Amino acid sequence: MAEFPGELYYAESHEWARLEEGGTITVGISDHAQASLGDVVFVELPELDAVIAAKGEAGVVESVKAASDIYSPVSGIVIAINEALEDAPETVNESPFDQGWFYKLKPADLSELDALMSVGAYETHCENEAH
Amino acid sequence: MGLKTPIFELHVEAGAKMVDFGGWDMPIHYGSQIEEHHIVRNSAGVCDVSHMTVVDLSGVDSKAYLQKLLPNDVEKLNRPGRALYSAMLNEDGGILDDLIVYLTDAGYRIVVNCATREKDLAWMQKQISTFDCRLTERPELAILAVQGPESIDSLKSVLQKSAPNHVEFIDTLKPFVGGFSDTWFIARTGYTGERGIELILPAEDAVQLWQDLSSANVRPIGLGARDTLRLEAGMNLYGSDMDESVTPLESNMAITVVMEGERDFIGKAKLKSQLDEGLSQELIGLIMQARGVLRAHYPIYSGDEQVGEITSGAYSPTCGHSIALARVKSGAEDLEVDIRQKRIPVLKIKPPFARNGKQVYKLP
Repeated sequence: MAEFPGELYYAESHEWARLEEGGTITVGISDHAQASLGDVVFVELPELDAVIAAKGEAGVVESVKAASDIYSPVSGIVIAINEALEDAPETVNESPFDQGWFYKLKPADLSELDALMSVGAYETHCENEAH
Repeated sequence: MGLKTPIFELHVEAGAKMVDFGGWDMPIHYGSQIEEHHIVRNSAGVCDVSHMTVVDLSGVDSKAYLQKLLPNDVEKLNRPGRALYSAMLNEDGGILDDLIVYLTDAGYRIVVNCATREKDLAWMQKQISTFDCRLTERPELAILAVQGPESIDSLKSVLQKSAPNHVEFIDTLKPFVGGFSDTWFIARTGYTGERGIELILPAEDAVQLWQDLSSANVRPIGLGARDTLRLEAGMNLYGSDMDESVTPLESNMAITVVMEGERDFIGKAKLKSQLDEGLSQELIGLIMQARGVLRAHYPIYSGDEQVGEITSGAYSPTCGHSIALARVKSGAEDLEVDIRQKRIPVLKIKPPFARNGKQVYKLP
C-alpha cells in the first residue's frame, strides 16, 4: 500500500510540499502518484532561480505510462534542484518522499501552504480518484 | 469486472497491477515494467496471453480458404508445425487484424488478437461460404509465452520431472516451428525478439505450469513489458501501428505479402494498384537521443511540413533512449518530433531496434 507521511502538505495534482527548518520548501510527488505513473524514465526540472507560481508548471515527469506535468504546490524562487534524478530517475519510484525530491523553493508566501491538503484529506482525495 | 484468464488469481497473488485490456482483466506489471523488460532480454520470464483468440480450422478446403483469406501464402507451410505471420485484409486492402497460422496434423491453428475477436470471427466465417471447412474457436485453452535467452532451458528443467515427453518434443523444435505434444501445442514463437516458446494448453495445466515456472524463478512479465519488448523487436501492434485504414505495404509488412502468381487473395487488387502507383506513406522506426519519450500521436515534421505521426513509442530499456514506430510520407527525411511545442530531431531507421539482448543499430 502507498505511504502517506503526516508532516507534509499535499496538492490535488499529487505533489507534496515540506516546510524545512530554515523556512524553505521542498517539493516532490507522492507515493500514490509514483505508483500510478509506473517506472519513471525522465524528469524535467525547473531552472535554478526560476520564479514559479503556485499551481504553475514546474516540470514534467515521463514514466513508462505517460508524460505528466508537475505543478508547484506553492510559489517562490527555485533555490535547488535534485540533479541526481537526471541519471537515476527511478529514485522517484524508490524514495518519493526523501531521495526522490524534485526542487527546493524560497517561498513567496508561506500562507499558501494553508490552501493545500493535510494527509487525511489527501488520502481521501486519492480514494475518491480511484472510484 | 472484465473477463479473467485461468491465471488471474496468480497474477493478483504475485502483486500485479491489473488493467482492462480489450475487456479482459490483465496484468500491466508486477512492480516494475522496466525490470520485467530486462528479465526477458537477459534471462527468462513468463507472460499470460490467454486473452488472445485461438481458432482451429479443419476440412478439405482449409488450404484454399486461407489462400483466399490471407495475403501471405500458407503454401509456405510445407510441413506440419510451420508457422506463418500474416495480416488479414478487407476488400480495400485495409488490415482487419494480424495473426499467426500454424499448420497442424489436423488442419490449421490460427491465433488472432483479443480486441478484434468478434470482427475477425464474423469476417472469417463470412469468407468460408463455398469452401468445405470449419472454424472452431478454442476459448477453453490458455496461452503462456515463456521468453528470454534462458527460457527454453528453464522450461525444460521445469518439465523434466512432470512431463519429460514435452521436453523431448521441445528438443525437436526449430525457431518458428511448433506442434502438438499430447494436448499441449508448443511453438518456438513469440512477440519479444528473444528466444522463447509459446504454449497453448488446457487451463488447469497452464495454472500448474505457471506455478512451477514461478518456483523455478521464471518471473511473471506484464503486458507493459511485452509492449516495449515487441516495439524494440520492431513488431507492429494492431490498433496502434496498423488498422483498417492502412495496407500491409504501408505498415512495413511487405515481406508478409505474396503478390506473385495467380493466387487471388482478398485485398490483392488494392495492393497491386498501390505497387503500380507507388506508396504515399510508410511505417518507419524512429530514435530520439535527446531526453524525453516519444509517444503515440506525436506529430512528425520535415521542415515546416507535418509528414506524419508516431503510431507507438516508448522509452527503450535496452537502448537507454526513446524509440518509436511512425507512419510518415514516403521518403520523408530530416525528421523532427513535436513534443509539447518543442521540435526535437529524430533519427529514421528500419526496425528492429533491439533483439537477442542487444541494440541492433549503430548511432551516428
